[in-house]
Amino acid sequence: MNTLQTAAGGICIEGLRKVYGKGANTVEALKNVNMSVAAGEVVGLVGPSGSGKSTLLKCLGAIIEPSSGRMTLGNQVIYDDHWKVADLRALRRDRIGFIFQAPYLIPFLDVTDNVALLPMLAGQPNAQARARALELLTALDVQHRAGAEPSQLSGGEQQRVSIARALANQPPVILADEPTAPLDSERALGVMRILNQMARQFQAAIIVVTHDEKIIPTFKRIYHIRDGQTVEEAGEGRSL
Amino acid sequence: MISLAGRDILHSWGKFALTGLGLGLLIGVTLSMAGIYRGMVDDAQALLSNSGADLWVVQKDTQGPYAEASSLKDDVVRSVRGMPGIAQAANVTYLTQQVKKASGDEVRVMVVGIEPGQPGEPAYLLAGRQLTRNHYEAVVDVKTGIGLGEDFSVRRHRYRVVGLTKRMVSSGGDPMVFIPLKDAQEAQFLKDNDSIVNDRTRLSANPAFNRPGVPGLLEAVQSLQTSSHNVNAVLVQLQAGWQPERVAEPLQRWKHVQVFTRAAMEEILVAKLIANSARQIGMFLAILSVVSAAIVAFIIYTMTLGKIREIAVLKLIGTRNRTIAGMILQQALGLGLIGFVVGKMAATAWAPVFPKYVLLLPQDAVIGLFATLLICALASLLSIRVALQVDPAAAIG
Repeated sequence: MNTLQTAAGGICIEGLRKVYGKGANTVEALKNVNMSVAAGEVVGLVGPSGSGKSTLLKCLGAIIEPSSGRMTLGNQVIYDDHWKVADLRALRRDRIGFIFQAPYLIPFLDVTDNVALLPMLAGQPNAQARARALELLTALDVQHRAGAEPSQLSGGEQQRVSIARALANQPPVILADEPTAPLDSERALGVMRILNQMARQFQAAIIVVTHDEKIIPTFKRIYHIRDGQTVEEAGEGRSL
Repeated sequence: MISLAGRDILHSWGKFALTGLGLGLLIGVTLSMAGIYRGMVDDAQALLSNSGADLWVVQKDTQGPYAEASSLKDDVVRSVRGMPGIAQAANVTYLTQQVKKASGDEVRVMVVGIEPGQPGEPAYLLAGRQLTRNHYEAVVDVKTGIGLGEDFSVRRHRYRVVGLTKRMVSSGGDPMVFIPLKDAQEAQFLKDNDSIVNDRTRLSANPAFNRPGVPGLLEAVQSLQTSSHNVNAVLVQLQAGWQPERVAEPLQRWKHVQVFTRAAMEEILVAKLIANSARQIGMFLAILSVVSAAIVAFIIYTMTLGKIREIAVLKLIGTRNRTIAGMILQQALGLGLIGFVVGKMAATAWAPVFPKYVLLLPQDAVIGLFATLLICALASLLSIRVALQVDPAAAIG
């Protein structure tokens, strides 16, 4: 019986634009992007290089400020032509989980503390944060490596730990940037299985940026981004 | 919240330990330099304390025998003894020279001529006895390396060591050798036999000194050339209850000499005689501090550059700037702390090996610790600036 709390929400983006530069040097990286990902859902975001994937990810992750549009996280509007949240750092820490192409675990922290770091940063007592980390590691089946250093883990184990870290503060949305790129087919599908399981279990909305042909058939919904605009289409939703 | 800096140090302790070791040796040199300065001051104070004098009577318009040449006739002491407030007064000579041990090795010493039982003799002995005879025995500082009962030569004469003393050094750090005053006076002007014969021949050939009608003139002049009645200073001990300034004033006025109190002599030794050395050491300390800061800054900067991706991830997941800055600052301080501990141990270990006295004072160590931590904190500022400028988007690519 899992005692973990679940996150409520999902993410909704309406008419999002991002313009770089001024005057003649203006580049419109995102033009009227619309997206909606429900809690517990995993959607794919695919597109060629230069299509605006990274820009969209940075806007969703509150790393850069969009030029206009609206973003809603759960029931809270976080952006409406300007940020509605004063502390973006706290927003990223508490309400958005990140999974990177490479795990990027902190090499000088053991596996437990890599996961526990986020709750600790959010002000949780160390013991409570570590207990939470161990629960997540158990859910991701890497609890046996809890005391190991990241360098002692296999690539797949490292990626599972990074997923646990993304879930540590029970964020309503998780942004995964090419999470399967360095993995072979079997492991890539394994990661997708875990993401889907975690999305259901923790009611997180997960957006997976990818151009990995191995995993694209696993999405039920896919957003194609081209020239800064998104087009939604149904995916194969192949069983994992 | 866990200590990110502490975890990083533990994770790469080998790198930290080696870096701290290198920095520590540099800090050890810095502490030793401070110790050398303290040793010089302490030597100067020991020189004054061990003389047992309250006043120094020296040649008029000179700074005394420790700072420059001072010469008085050895009968001045008699009139000094008769002045009010004076308990004891004694002649003393100082001569820095090489003396030859029985083994043939030479050692640089300050030969001090003293009157046995009078001010100027060593304050305490480690072994043996004080001088009792008027010729050819000596009390030596242990740093000379000459043992009790051994012989050594000063000019043409051999002396036997009858007593050993300690911490009796000149302001230059040369160990002292105490010999009877008469021998010391002779040693100051003693020439080799050939020179004496040549001088006598020259005098005999000089009609001004070898007058047929003045018997005894030539012998008197020759005697003056081969003997000395000069001393470098008169050391004075006061009667109880007399102020040094009150005794010094009439002495200076009536006897046409210069008189220094203990405070004035200390001023000459510390503020004037070793002032240049102190400035030299101060410059060296400043350079070492800058070099240490540069090394710490470079190391911390390199370590920070090696963690740019981790810092970007930390910022992306919501780590506050002050947590990241604190991590870098704590690492710099940790490095400084390791360096200081290594430096203190190194300085303590190698201090006795130095030829001159190295005095490592606890308060200097405390100042050194705070200076090290301050330097490390300042050195980390560049790295903190770099870390705070890292774009969290760098974690995404």
